[in-house]
Amino acid sequence: MAENVEKKVSLTVADRRSVWLRSTFLQGSWNYERMQNGGWCYAMIPAIKRLYPEKDQQCAALKRHLEFFNTQPFVASPILGVTLALEEDRANGAPVEDQAIQGVKVGMMGPLAGVGDPVFWFTLRPILAALGASLAISGNILGPILFFVLWNVARMAFMWYTQEFGYNVGMAITKDLSGGLLGKVTKAASILGMFILGALVMRWVSINFVLKVSEVERAAGAYIDWTKLPEGVDGIHTALSQYAAGLSLEKKVVTTLQDNLDSLIPGLVPLLLTLLCMKLLKKNISPIAIILALFVVGIVGHVIGLL
Amino acid sequence: MSSISMILVVLVAFLAGVEGILDEFEFHQPLIACTLIGIVTGHLGPCLALGGSLQMMALGWANIGAAVSPDAALASVASAIILVLGGGSDEIAVKSAIAVAIPLAVAGLFLTMVVRTISVAVVHQMDTAAEKGNFGAIELWQYIAICLQGLRIAIPAAALCFIPSEVVSGALQSMPEWLTSGMAIGGGMVVAVGYALVINMMATPEVWPFFALGFVFAAIGDLTLIALGVIGVAMALIYLRLTENAGAAAGAAAGTGDPLGDILDDYE
Repeated sequence: MAENVEKKVSLTVADRRSVWLRSTFLQGSWNYERMQNGGWCYAMIPAIKRLYPEKDQQCAALKRHLEFFNTQPFVASPILGVTLALEEDRANGAPVEDQAIQGVKVGMMGPLAGVGDPVFWFTLRPILAALGASLAISGNILGPILFFVLWNVARMAFMWYTQEFGYNVGMAITKDLSGGLLGKVTKAASILGMFILGALVMRWVSINFVLKVSEVERAAGAYIDWTKLPEGVDGIHTALSQYAAGLSLEKKVVTTLQDNLDSLIPGLVPLLLTLLCMKLLKKNISPIAIILALFVVGIVGHVIGLL
Repeated sequence: MSSISMILVVLVAFLAGVEGILDEFEFHQPLIACTLIGIVTGHLGPCLALGGSLQMMALGWANIGAAVSPDAALASVASAIILVLGGGSDEIAVKSAIAVAIPLAVAGLFLTMVVRTISVAVVHQMDTAAEKGNFGAIELWQYIAICLQGLRIAIPAAALCFIPSEVVSGALQSMPEWLTSGMAIGGGMVVAVGYALVINMMATPEVWPFFALGFVFAAIGDLTLIALGVIGVAMALIYLRLTENAGAAAGAAAGTGDPLGDILDDYE
C-alpha cells in the first residue's frame, strides 16, 4: 500500500496552468491531415513530462496525442481537462486504453464545437466587435481597446475554468474504478465518437457535382413568365403572388449530378470518399499523397466542369 | 514611411498572420490590425476609421469546422498599408482602401490553404520527433508552423512597403480562378482523410451501427451539432443500460433451474 501511495503522481496547478497557456497555440500547426493535432500535443507536453518518467512511455504518450483532433479552439479546454485527468490515472496504473482517450476527444469535439461556434464566433465576437467598430468609426481609440480587453478576458477565463472543470469531472469519473464507471465511460465515448464521426462525414466533407445532367423546359404556366408581367409595382406584385402560388422562377429545370445523388442518399459521395480513404490508409498509403491527390482532383474536376 | 515604421508594420503583419490561424487574441481582426498599423505609422485617425468599417463587414467571417473563411488578416493589413502610403485621410481614401481589401481577403484565404497544406509535412516531422521522445523538436516544429502563418502576411506587407501597391495587389489577385476554386473544392474533400484516420482507429463491429446512425441523422438539417450530441449521448446511455441488463439477465438465468434452459443446455 505504502508503495502505491509513493508511486502516485499528480498534475500540479502549475502544470495545468502551463497546459492552459500552451493551448493558446492549439491551431498553430493546423493542417489538412490531422488538423489541430500538433497544437494539442504541444499543449499536453508539460503534463506528459510530469506523468511519465520513462522514455518509452513519453514516446507513446506523444504519439497518442498527435492523433486527429479538431474543434472550436476555446471549447478544446474542457476536453483538455478531461484528457489530463485520464492521462493522470493512466500514469498511476489505471487501465485507460488509447481508444478511451481518443474516444473521449472525438466524442466531445463535435458537440462542443456545435456550442462554441455559435457562442463565440456568431454571438460574442460580433457583439463586441460591432461595439468596438462603431466607436472606431467615430474616431474613438477606445473602440479597439475595449474589444481587445473584453474579448481576451472572457476568452482566457473561459479556457481556464472549463479546463479545470473538465479535469475535476475526469477525476471523478476515474476515482470510481471498482464500480466500472471508467469502462462504461470508455464505451459510451466510443459510441458517441462514432455517431458524431458519421454526422461529421455527412456535414463537413463537401463534394458538389455541378455537372448538368439534364435541362428541361417547364410547361407553360409552371413558371413565372417575366416577359408578360405588368409594368412597375404591379409587376412585382404579380410575380411575388405567382411565386407564392408555387410557380418556378426559371423557365428551365436544371438537374445536376448532385441533385440525382442527393435524391438517392444525401452525403453518399462523402461517405464513399471517406471509406476509400480508410481503405487506402490501411494499405499504408501516405495521408499526404491522398491529400495532394484530392487537391489535384478538385482542380481537374473544376476545370472540366464536373465539380 | 521611415524604416522603423516599416519594421513595425511588418511585425504587426506577422502578428496578424499568426492570429489569423490561432484565432485567440484576435490581432487579425480589422479593428485591431488596422489600428496597430495606424499607430506605428502615425496615421491613427484614418486607419481607425478603416478598421471600424472593415470590421463591420467582417463580423460574420469565422472558421467553422474545416472550412476557412475570407482572410481578415491580409485584408486589413494590406488595405491599411495602402491607405497610409496613399497619404489620404478623407472618407474617399478609406472607401477605396476597403474596395482593395475584399479581393485581398480571398487571396489571403488561398495563402492560408497553402500553408495549411505545408503544415501536413510539419506534423509529420512531429511524428518523427515523437518516436524519439524529443519534446524540444515537437515544440520547435509547432513554432515553425506558427511562423509560416505569420510570414504569410508579413511578406506581402513588406512587399507593399517597397513595391508600388498596384503591382502587389495585382499579383495577389492574379491567382487564376481555376486554381483558387479548385483548391477550395479540394479543401472540402481532404477533410475526409482526417476522419478516415480516426475511424480506422476507433471502429469495432460493436460501434459501426452508431456511425451509420450518425450519418443518416446528420442529413436532417434541422438537427444542430448540439442536438446530434444529445442523441448520441442518449443512445450511448440506452445501449449501456441494455447491455448491462442483458448481462445481468444472462447471469441470473444460469443454473436457476429454468426447464427450457436446462434442456437447451443438455442438448449439446
